[in-house]
Amino acid sequence: MSRNTWFELLRTGVAIAAALTIGFVVTSLVSESPVEAFGYFLKGPFTSIRRFGSFLEAAVPLTFTGLAVSLVFSAGQFNMGAEGQFFIGAVAATAAGVFLDLPPVIHTIVCLAAGMIAGAIGGFIPGVLKARWNASELVASLMLNYVFLKLGMYLITYHLRDPSAGALVSLPLKESSWLPQFTRTTKLHAGIFVMFLVVFLCYYFLYRTSRGYEARMTGQNLSFARYSGIPVLKVILLIQVLGGAVAGLGGAVEMLGIYRRFQWQASPGYGFDGVIIAILARNNPLLVPLAAVFLAYLRVGADVMAMYADVSAEMVSIIQAVIILLVTAEAFLAGYRHRLTLKEVKQRASAS
Amino acid sequence: MGAQTQARATDPILLMKGITKVYPNGLVANSNVTFEVRKGEIHALVGENGAGKTTLMKVLFGLEKPDEGSIFIRGEEVKISSPNDAIRYGVGMVHQHFMLAPSLTVAENIVLGAEPRRGIWFDRRRAEQMCRELGEKYGLQVDPAARISDVPVGIRQRVEILKALMRGSDILVLDEPTAVLTPQETEELFEALKSLKEMGHTIIFISHKLREVKELSDRVTVLRSGRVIGTRNTDQVTVEEISRMMVGRDVVLRPMRPKAPAGPGEVKLLVNKLNLVRDGTHVLKDVSLQVRAGEILGVAGVEGNGQVELVEVITGLSPCDSGEVWVCGQDATGKSPGEIRDMGLSHIPQDRMIFGVASNASISENLISNRYNKAPVSNGFSLNLKAISRLSQELIGKFDIKTSSAQQAVGTLSGGNIQKVVIAREFSTGPQVIIANQPTRGIDIGATESVHKYLVEATESGTAVLLICADLNEVMSLSNRLIVMYEGQVVAYFDEVEGLTEEEIGLYMLGLKRQEPDQVTASMMGRPVE
Repeated sequence: MSRNTWFELLRTGVAIAAALTIGFVVTSLVSESPVEAFGYFLKGPFTSIRRFGSFLEAAVPLTFTGLAVSLVFSAGQFNMGAEGQFFIGAVAATAAGVFLDLPPVIHTIVCLAAGMIAGAIGGFIPGVLKARWNASELVASLMLNYVFLKLGMYLITYHLRDPSAGALVSLPLKESSWLPQFTRTTKLHAGIFVMFLVVFLCYYFLYRTSRGYEARMTGQNLSFARYSGIPVLKVILLIQVLGGAVAGLGGAVEMLGIYRRFQWQASPGYGFDGVIIAILARNNPLLVPLAAVFLAYLRVGADVMAMYADVSAEMVSIIQAVIILLVTAEAFLAGYRHRLTLKEVKQRASAS
Repeated sequence: MGAQTQARATDPILLMKGITKVYPNGLVANSNVTFEVRKGEIHALVGENGAGKTTLMKVLFGLEKPDEGSIFIRGEEVKISSPNDAIRYGVGMVHQHFMLAPSLTVAENIVLGAEPRRGIWFDRRRAEQMCRELGEKYGLQVDPAARISDVPVGIRQRVEILKALMRGSDILVLDEPTAVLTPQETEELFEALKSLKEMGHTIIFISHKLREVKELSDRVTVLRSGRVIGTRNTDQVTVEEISRMMVGRDVVLRPMRPKAPAGPGEVKLLVNKLNLVRDGTHVLKDVSLQVRAGEILGVAGVEGNGQVELVEVITGLSPCDSGEVWVCGQDATGKSPGEIRDMGLSHIPQDRMIFGVASNASISENLISNRYNKAPVSNGFSLNLKAISRLSQELIGKFDIKTSSAQQAVGTLSGGNIQKVVIAREFSTGPQVIIANQPTRGIDIGATESVHKYLVEATESGTAVLLICADLNEVMSLSNRLIVMYEGQVVAYFDEVEGLTEEEIGLYMLGLKRQEPDQVTASMMGRPVE
C-alpha cells in the first residue's frame, strides 16, 4: 500500500473519530443521559435482526447513487442529478411493473431496463448541454431534479394512481416483476446481487477498459486528455449517461425489491447521499459499498436513538457534516503529513 | 576589481545558513544549504533546473517557509515570512515571469504601492518625474508614460528592476533574467547590472547559461540536487569546471545536428498560409513552412510571437481561420488531435504539467495516453494490464526514467524525469512527424542531452522534426534549416544554419530586419505556393 493510500485511510479514520466525538458532545448538551443515548446510536443497528436487516437494505440504494456520482466525478464532472435520476428510474420501473404483463424474471429485467433508460436520459440532458454548449452540468443536473420530481409525481398522480388506496400511491407492481425478499423479518432482497454486479462492472469499466481510461484521464487533467487525442466531449456525455443509468437502476431496484408500489411524495434524498458516499469512497467503486454501509449504519443508529432516547435523529447530520468537511479539507493533517515526509527524507539521506 | 571591492569583501551582506526545504510531495529542494553573498558583488547562483536555486531565493524573499535554517542580513538574524519583510530588509526580486500590470503605464507600475499623492489624488507628473530621475541615476532609461503592454520584454524587465530599486532594495535577485531576452537586450542588461554594482548594489544572478555567468559575475555558487557543491571566484574557474560541478560529470555542451539528408526528402509536414486572429490580434499571418523526412526545422523567435498558436493549429488543439495543414500527405486541417495523431504526428508540448502529463496518475497511465485503445495495450474494449506493465518497464528502461515503480504518480518525479515520460510516450509510437515545443525547457543538462539525442536519432529513421525553441544557441546547433517568427509571421528563412551568428538572428527576432515574405516562402517551399 502506498504512503498516499495509507495516509488517506488514516485521514478518513481520524475524521470519523473526530465527528463521532463532536456528535457525542452535542448529545451531552441536549440529552439527560448522553452515554445511554449514544450507546443506542452506536449499537442500535445490531440490536435486532430486523434493525440489522434494515441497515443493510438502506445501504443498497445508497450504493447505487454512490456509484452513479463516483463515475461522473471520476471524469472530473459534477453530478448533482442522481437524485432525480434515481426518482425517475423508480417511476419508470413502476410503470413497467404495473402495465406490462410478462413472465417472471423477464418482467423483472424489463423493469430494471426501464429504470436504467429513464435514468440514462436524465444523465444525457446535462451531458449533451455541457458537451454541445458548455453549459454547467452542475446547474443543469441540479435543476433537472425538480423537473424529474414533478414529472414523476404527475405520472403517478394521473396515470398510475391506485384509486382504491387511501393515500397517493401507485397501483401495485405485478408480482412477476418483483425482486424476491430472502426472509419475512427483513426486507433484504435479491437486488443486492444486482448491486454487487454493478459495483464490479463500474470498477471494471473505470480501471480495465479503454473507455474508462479515457474518463479517468479526462477527470485527472482535461488539457492532457485533449492533447493526447482523447475525445473529451464524447467522454463527458458517455459518463453522464452511464451515471444516470446506474442511478435509475437503483431506483428500479428499490421499487421491485422493497416497496412494490410507488409511495414517495417527495424525493427520498439518496442522490445527495450519493455525493457524500462518493467523497468518502474517493470515487473508487470498490469502496462505495463500504461507504454506503457506513452511512446506512449512522442513519439506522440515529433512528434507534431517536426512538429510545431524548435525542432526535437529525443529530446524525452534524456527524455527517463534520466528516465531509474534514475529509474534503485538503489541509487537514497536512502538517502531520509534512513531518512524516521530512522524517522519511532524512532517514533516506542518512541511510545512503 | 578595485581596491574598494577588496576592502568590502570581508563583510557578507547576506548569509543563508543551513537552509532545508522539503516540499509536501517529498521533494527535497534544499538540503542544508549555506549561501553567502558579499556586499557589492555580482554573485551567480547556478545549477541545473530542479537543483534548488529558485527555491532558495523564494525562501529569501519570504515566498517559501524553510523547514530548517536561518537568514542573516548585514550581520543580523532576520525572520522573513513575506515579501514585505524581504523588501523591508532591502531585498528586491525580479521574477522569471514578470509581475507587472500590463494596462498601466511604466511610471504607474514602478510607484505602485508607494504612489506620490497630491491631496487625495495620484500625482502623475511627480511619479513620472521620479521614474525619469531613477532611470537616469541607474542608467536604466525608460519612457514613464508608455503602457506596459506596448513595450518589449527587455523594457519590462528594466521596469521590474527599477521597481525594486524604488523600494530601496540594495540586494537584487534576478531569476534567469536572460531567458526571454535577445542577445542585444542581454548585452544592455549586463551593462546596467555592472553599473549598479559600481554604485554599491549587491546582485544575485540566477542562471544556467554559463557563458553569461562567466562574463558577468564575481563569484559563483553551484547547487546540485538541493546541495551546495561549492563557491568559487569566477575568474579562477572555467566554464567546463562549472558545468562539471553542476552535473557531476563531463558534458557535451553543444549538441550536434543531424546529418542533412542526401537528397530532398519527402515532405512530411506542410503548413500553407495559416491565419489566426485571436482577441482581435493577428497571431498567425500567412504562415507557411514545410519539414522533410530526416531533418530538423528550427523555429527561432522571442516567445509570444505566434509559436504557441502555430503548434496548437498543427496539432489540432485550436482551429485556424484560414490555411491548411498536411501531415504525411493527409489533410489535417481542422481535424481533432486524435485524428492527427493517427496520421503519424507526435507532440512534445511546451507546458508539460498542463498538457504533457496527468500529474496524479501513474507513470504507466501517462505512458499509454496515446495508444490506450490500440493493440497491444487494448483489444479495443478492455485494457491488457500485462501488456501495459511490459510496455512501461520497457520504456522506463529505454528512456532511463528514474523511478522506483511504474505505479508511482508522475507528479512526484523531478522535472527532467517527467519530461522523459513525455518523450518516451511520444517517441515510442514510431512517429512520422514530431512537433517539439521547448522540449528541454526546465530540465537538467543530463536530460537535455538525452532529449537532443532522441531528436537526432528520430531523424535518422526518417522522421521530420519541427523544433520550437527560445534558446537561440540550442535551436541553432540542432536544426538543419531555420525560420524566425516575429509577430505571427515567418520573417526569415535560412537554408543553411552553419555560419549564422546569434546577433544576426537576433535582429530578425527583434523585428529590426526581415526578408521579403514572398522570398521566404519561395526559398523554403522550393517554388512559389499558389
